[in-house]
Amino acid sequence: MSISIENLNKRFGDHVALNDINLEVKSGELLALLGPSGCGKTTLLRIIGGLDVADSGKLLVNGLDIAQRDARERNVGFVFQHYALFRHMTVFENVAFGLRVKPRKERPSDAEIKRRVTHLLQLVQLDWVADRFPSQLSGGQRQRIALARALAVEPKILLLDEPFGALDAKVRKELRRWLRQLHDELHITSVFVTHDQEEALEVADRVVVMNHGKVEQIGSPDEVYATPASPFVYQFIGNVNLFHSRIHSAWTEQHGDAVAYVRPHDIDISHTQQDNEALAGEIKLIRAVGAIVRAEVAVAGSDELVEIELSRERFDAEPMVNGDRVFIRPRQVRVFE
Amino acid sequence: MAQFRAHSVLPGFNLALGFTLLYFSLIVLIPLSALFFKTATLGWDGFVDVASSERVLASLRVTFFTSFAAAVINAFFGLIVAWVLVRYSFPGKKLVDALVDLPFALPTAVAGIVLATLYAPNGWLGQYFAAYDIKVAYTPLGIVVALTFIGLPFVVRTVQPVLADVEAEVEEAAASLGAGRLDVFRRVIFPAIYPALLTGFALAFARAIGEYGSVIFIAGNMPYISEITPLLIVAKLEQYDYAGATAIAVLMLLISFALLLSINALQWWSSRRGAR
Amino acid sequence: MSLTTNNRIAVNTRITTTESKPVIGLLLIVALTYLVLFLGLPLYAVFHEAFSKGSELYWSALKEADALSAIKLTLLVAVIAVPANLVFGIAAAWAIAKFEFKGKSLLITLIDLPFAVSPVVSGLVYVLLFGAQGWLGPWLMEHDIKLIFAVPGIVLATIFVTFPFIARELIPLMQAQGRDEEEAAVSLGASGWQTFWRVTLPNIKWGLLYGVILCNARAMGEFGAVSVVSGHIRGLTNTMPLHVEILYNEYNFVAAFAVASLLALLALVTLGVKSLVEWQAQRSGEPLHGAH
Repeated sequence: MSISIENLNKRFGDHVALNDINLEVKSGELLALLGPSGCGKTTLLRIIGGLDVADSGKLLVNGLDIAQRDARERNVGFVFQHYALFRHMTVFENVAFGLRVKPRKERPSDAEIKRRVTHLLQLVQLDWVADRFPSQLSGGQRQRIALARALAVEPKILLLDEPFGALDAKVRKELRRWLRQLHDELHITSVFVTHDQEEALEVADRVVVMNHGKVEQIGSPDEVYATPASPFVYQFIGNVNLFHSRIHSAWTEQHGDAVAYVRPHDIDISHTQQDNEALAGEIKLIRAVGAIVRAEVAVAGSDELVEIELSRERFDAEPMVNGDRVFIRPRQVRVFE
Repeated sequence: MAQFRAHSVLPGFNLALGFTLLYFSLIVLIPLSALFFKTATLGWDGFVDVASSERVLASLRVTFFTSFAAAVINAFFGLIVAWVLVRYSFPGKKLVDALVDLPFALPTAVAGIVLATLYAPNGWLGQYFAAYDIKVAYTPLGIVVALTFIGLPFVVRTVQPVLADVEAEVEEAAASLGAGRLDVFRRVIFPAIYPALLTGFALAFARAIGEYGSVIFIAGNMPYISEITPLLIVAKLEQYDYAGATAIAVLMLLISFALLLSINALQWWSSRRGAR
Repeated sequence: MSLTTNNRIAVNTRITTTESKPVIGLLLIVALTYLVLFLGLPLYAVFHEAFSKGSELYWSALKEADALSAIKLTLLVAVIAVPANLVFGIAAAWAIAKFEFKGKSLLITLIDLPFAVSPVVSGLVYVLLFGAQGWLGPWLMEHDIKLIFAVPGIVLATIFVTFPFIARELIPLMQAQGRDEEEAAVSLGASGWQTFWRVTLPNIKWGLLYGVILCNARAMGEFGAVSVVSGHIRGLTNTMPLHVEILYNEYNFVAAFAVASLLALLALVTLGVKSLVEWQAQRSGEPLHGAH
């Protein structure tokens, strides 16, 4: 199932939640909606799921406009941020819910429901908690049950709102790998919302970066990281150094008011001056952090600190200490006016 | 419609709100407005005439004075009861805790006849007062007794949760800084529960103002002395003085609304103070 | 050696966050005396007076025709008033807790209004509306419909005074629960009714029961409002509390307390079930009163 969104708008009172959104979700892909809180990503997800209604615009699934269809007719699986498990039902009944509320004609037999629920619980590796209540599960377990519940109705589209938001760091990492594997097995068109760039880059096939209700960039994780389309994307994804054209005109190759964006690992650092584009500076702090070495360099003639990352090998080839006079030079610069 | 409410996928809003408003209008709004329209036929002067008559003023004095006294008694003893229920454990505590709500559950007429019997000059309790020439039943003092019974749960139930919420650590901190037990209560605990205590007091007071069933049996109902305002409404009604009854009822209603508003304000204030 | 000394100092200087024994004792005595005097003794006295002339008189007072019809009427009134307010409570809580709309907080305040009104005034408003002198009085008379000094008036007045009970219990509870679970149910294909019966109702069952119990106790025990609209016609428009009043005023104390003892029993059952519900709700983790 492919989803296409055309000129979608949504306001809440004076607040513009979504501003002219255009977006394609390809069949079978895992797409991340990434952005800071309040950027409209959850609203967009809820509109796709039919939990909210757009003020204007089109929402097409496989070319069919479904904007007028109820959430219950959309065949969409929705996984809520706080799981929204039914607290008075066992895990088994939670997962079986979507099957039990089907119209009598379509409702599977009890034996069939049992078979399917058990299968799903095995899929999320939690068949041993079937008789427990949600309050007796850990956060990660609840998350997986919420996913199993959404999958029970065999949705054509799976929507996940901050699926790992409420979990601690270690469980997050495990679950995110697990979700990727599950998606590779099932191939359901999936959209998930996150504010965590690492999560989006690691799990998604493509990433949609949003800010203030607008789409800033759509691309593969590598594209949005390596070639950000806007200053916002540059700053939101990964660390970045800013150079103003008035000070570092050589780098920006512009004379107007422009800003150059350079990633810390895209800067060369050396004791010798390679060419006249290099800037002189002094190392304020240099420290090895695991496989990489981080340095902060004060550029001569300004009070700006430039953050630089270099590989262990590079560092070993030319060791440096605090206070060294060095020259820095960017390998890759992106200029925005 | 979109302006009036935010979209939701959940169904039934129109049905639920429509029914709510219809039912509210039929049961509460229209009957209450009938009261005001009836008073309007009386005219302003007529209203003032009734409201400022000597007997009405006397009944208001009795009602206010006894309600206030009962609320004060409840504030004092209710605080102690709440304290004991939260802080100490003793056999039968659960039972005692459940029994506190008795005045909410016991029909007022039952409370009225039993209190009148107990405090009559020859009653179990009345005889001890009679020995000192104090009459309780059939005097304003009896009204205070009945209203104390009616208002008993309010202070206990508003103070209890707030008192339970006062963190032991705060008390320990105060004690570790050298505060004595009485200082801790005065400077740490009491300021925390004060808004709840005041709310409970106001609730008990408001309830007492309108109370009828438990009072009429014990009050003696002597005009100018032990006649409460609700009883005066009934008396006017029995004399087919509908306009008079209505005027007093409107007066009481206005007082009730004023109390409701101040209680809402109190609760708002107390929840703001309670928020950490 | 030095260790024990240190221990002793630690014990002696321990911070005290409780009162001394005599103070605790005094507070306990004051509190319990107050409760016994105002609650325990009256409760006991009801039963004592009811049985003061032997159980034979007690039973004959209850079996008397007027007493029986009063009991029947009281049950009838409760059977109508409680479900009516139950439906209203659920509808109001559904609209208020699950949706956003303008004027919501005003509506919440207005629902509490009947609690602020004196019972006597609550009865009076219906007399002014439906009584012979009232707005609709002439029209009702023409069509030979009698509401005041008749059963419908008693039912209406009872509905008025018990109006907020269930709604005010459910609104904060359902607000605290949010609408996530309902949205999840809808996204899984459940219809509105399925969502309500399978998800919402099981989540509020204890709060609902709590409200129903309190509503019922007040409906059966209401005196002031009912007294104004009833007309006190023996065997016809007398509820149990009104019957108690009549018997008491006739100096028929044993009979009065016999009927009163039934109402006191109702109060005790109410308190018992209420405690049970509170305990169950706590056990199942369902907050009974919403967020504080």
